[in-house]
Amino acid sequence: MFKGTERKPFHDDKDLVQVTNHGSLRYPHRLNFYDRPPLYDVTVEEFETCALDRLRILAEIESSAARNRTWEELKTVTNAQCSNYLPLHATSARTVERDSERRKDHLGHFVLRLAFCRSEDLRRRFIKAETTLFKIRYDADDNAEREMFLSSRDFDWMPVDSAEKSKYRKELLGSYQGARNESVREQAFEAEKYYKVKWTRVPDLVEKRKVFLKAGWAYVPAKEQSSIVFQEFEVHLAKALELTARSLPRLDEDTRLVPILDNLSQGFLAGVPSQWAGSGEAINSDDIKAEMVDDLAKKHFPICMRSMHDNLRRDHHLKHLGRLHYGLFLKVLGLSIEEAVVFWRKSFDRLTDDKFNKEYKYNIRHSYGLEGKRANYAAKSCQQLLTSSDHGCPYRYYSPENLQTALLSAYSSRGLTSADLSEIMSTVKATHYHVACTRVFEITHSSFGIKKGAGTGDDESVTHPNQYAAKSMELYKVQQNSAEAMVVE
Amino acid sequence: MANAVPVDTSPEVMLAFYRRLYPFKSIFNWLNHEHAPTRLFTHREFAFTLQGDVYLRYNSFNNADELKKQVCQLNPTRFEIGPVYSARPKDKKTARPGMFNPLKRELVFDIDMTDYDPVRTCCSGADICRRCWAFISAAVQVLHTSIREQFGYENLLWVYSGRRGIHLWISDEEAMGLTDDQRKALVNWMTVIHGGSESSKRLNVRLNGRHLPPSLQTAVEHLATIFSELVLSDQDVFASQEGYEALLEQIPDSEVVSKLRTKWNADPSRSSEDKWLDLKSQAKKYEKGSAQRATLTAAMEDIILHYTYPRIDAEVSKHRNHLLKAPFCVHPKTGRVCVPVDPQRMDEFDPESVPTVGQLLKELDTASKPGGAEGGVHHSDWERTSLKPYVDMLDKHSLRLMEQVRLEKRGKDVSW
Ligand SMILES: [Zn+2]
Repeated sequence: MFKGTERKPFHDDKDLVQVTNHGSLRYPHRLNFYDRPPLYDVTVEEFETCALDRLRILAEIESSAARNRTWEELKTVTNAQCSNYLPLHATSARTVERDSERRKDHLGHFVLRLAFCRSEDLRRRFIKAETTLFKIRYDADDNAEREMFLSSRDFDWMPVDSAEKSKYRKELLGSYQGARNESVREQAFEAEKYYKVKWTRVPDLVEKRKVFLKAGWAYVPAKEQSSIVFQEFEVHLAKALELTARSLPRLDEDTRLVPILDNLSQGFLAGVPSQWAGSGEAINSDDIKAEMVDDLAKKHFPICMRSMHDNLRRDHHLKHLGRLHYGLFLKVLGLSIEEAVVFWRKSFDRLTDDKFNKEYKYNIRHSYGLEGKRANYAAKSCQQLLTSSDHGCPYRYYSPENLQTALLSAYSSRGLTSADLSEIMSTVKATHYHVACTRVFEITHSSFGIKKGAGTGDDESVTHPNQYAAKSMELYKVQQNSAEAMVVE
Repeated sequence: MANAVPVDTSPEVMLAFYRRLYPFKSIFNWLNHEHAPTRLFTHREFAFTLQGDVYLRYNSFNNADELKKQVCQLNPTRFEIGPVYSARPKDKKTARPGMFNPLKRELVFDIDMTDYDPVRTCCSGADICRRCWAFISAAVQVLHTSIREQFGYENLLWVYSGRRGIHLWISDEEAMGLTDDQRKALVNWMTVIHGGSESSKRLNVRLNGRHLPPSLQTAVEHLATIFSELVLSDQDVFASQEGYEALLEQIPDSEVVSKLRTKWNADPSRSSEDKWLDLKSQAKKYEKGSAQRATLTAAMEDIILHYTYPRIDAEVSKHRNHLLKAPFCVHPKTGRVCVPVDPQRMDEFDPESVPTVGQLLKELDTASKPGGAEGGVHHSDWERTSLKPYVDMLDKHSLRLMEQVRLEKRGKDVSW
């Protein structure tokens, strides 16, 4: 299915060093162009974990672009995420299980290829995020190890000899970007090595006029060599994904994998839920009483749950899917079964006791795992709400006008102004719904010290309504405590 | 336009033109690169603009005859050529999702006279004359040389757009396959003056704010002559107050600016040539090698570029799936045929002498009268009109392209 280029046979001293030093490693390099598919047996669990852990990182990278993070910020965030979910140590880190780290990196990449090759848009986004991840790792790679990696692969660049360099000296120097000081720049130029590649391989350098062009050949100074590598990575991956897409129908027969792949490709839409996924347990240790919900909704709920709450108050009713989504959310928020029955009974105040008990009470108890299958149902994540057009994510399903009205009426008392809306709406337009939601969180919690780009704290994006509410309540509590402390002192 | 000959592009005239004169076979060869139909033709999108501005997209044809048949049936006011897709455009609806993608198309450029309005004095808007055509001519020379020398492309076809601009179609294999990113990179490499409101701002193309990149250094040396002949002498662009104020805006030395302004306000009749000399002599007052002099010299180079460097409509070139009017279509307002232009003889090209559809049909009538020909439809009717040299030009271009493709193919076969 995947065709890879053969690694060049070892031929120079550097490679020999590599053999003697690290010959025992199955993956000799930290960096990987993913030429060969993993051809070993993998369990379905491993398949899924590797992919999910990598997806977390890619989703964070993608949301960084929407959140206007600088390259340095992006690197910091990504490196932090990588050390949690996908550590990848240098070859020199002998005490670490480097092969198993690299195997996980290798496997995760290929699983995600399967998930993301299936539409042009997904391919484009995957390539962009993967290339960024590669750049971050390339940047951080040890110089000698990077050199070794580069020489392990044929990049097909032609060294420009000194005769040719002096033949085009004027033009090369003329396009050499360097220090403002002329003689410093010229000195650096004299020492610079040049490589020739077809111009199509370095469009970013051409665009910025950083190379000299002659008859379709770009003369690339060694310091810009990484451009060739990155471009090669990108083109290589794009081709591989197209091949994968064409061979995918055969894979669709494997019924174990398809749901996992579907789920993964949703991950870019919603971000990857972290601890919020799969948990049906209440996450708040403090008891929440039915009569507290109004106040909590105003202060702490994301727009999806806030809208459901407001609708419930307005209509004294909520349709089935709304009850399900909102009920599970409240359960995880910390509303006990007894309080839930009270809450819903009071909310549906136009119903007779008889009707309520017959038609609604069972379902409430059921969602708490007290009836039927007795399953402990988890609250819906952003990912699930994003695919539910009925009582789903307002950022996705509301018209722009309705969304803006809803946001202002819900949050203007918490610091959201109409001036903030254009940024939020343009993020929505770009289909980065979770980024928009995260931004609203940041704005409405700025008085708690949440800065732009900080997400729900710790650079996390919103991936679950309960995460949103819990983080908000946590911030509120911290402030309350410190205020109390001050009063006491 | 001066000579107000009524323009007839009525449906009857257009139909006669398509039936008897339009060189379908030549267009086929040029798009197809070979004699037998390839995907370059069969998977190629054609879009028709019908009378009443109905727009039909995603048409495709097996060969030149099919194209001709459809054109004669629909009788469009014009038609456009798009990319080669991974499936036949006419089967777009039945193609598997994700399996209908643009793969190839000529790299195209569009230069339009309206972008030169701020720097020409003879005409404005839709009007054009031989004098301001010189701006287009300068642009063609620079672009033609740059593309060939820097990017190494050889198969460049220049086509008059029928009114006030010119198109460039590049058919080299590599150029055909460029991705949108690569197209964007190439266009940005070529772009110096950004259109729209930015066009009056100072240029920003220098490395370290100091020297020009080598490609532009070469261009500015060539354009200096054109600047003096066209901008200073012929168009006299800095004669009016508006004109010289625009010039002053581009001089980054407030002392020099105020001196020149005082002088020119006192004597507004000074010619553009004199005003340029005034600026030069101001620069020379600074010591050779001084920073101020270097700044002024750089500004003067930038000004030359600003007034004469090609103004490219970047959006046309950046996207593989952009549609562009086919050569030999008729401009509905002028009736002129979009004929190929020889870049080596740009100076001789006069847009007003390009044949109109009415004129060509008349020529055809006159030619067929003696001998009482039956007026049958011949493929080569254009041979008897003044369209001939233009069709010959396209045929010659295609022949070279086809020969190249043939040799490349043979090269590949031999290497087996
Ligand atoms: Zn004119």
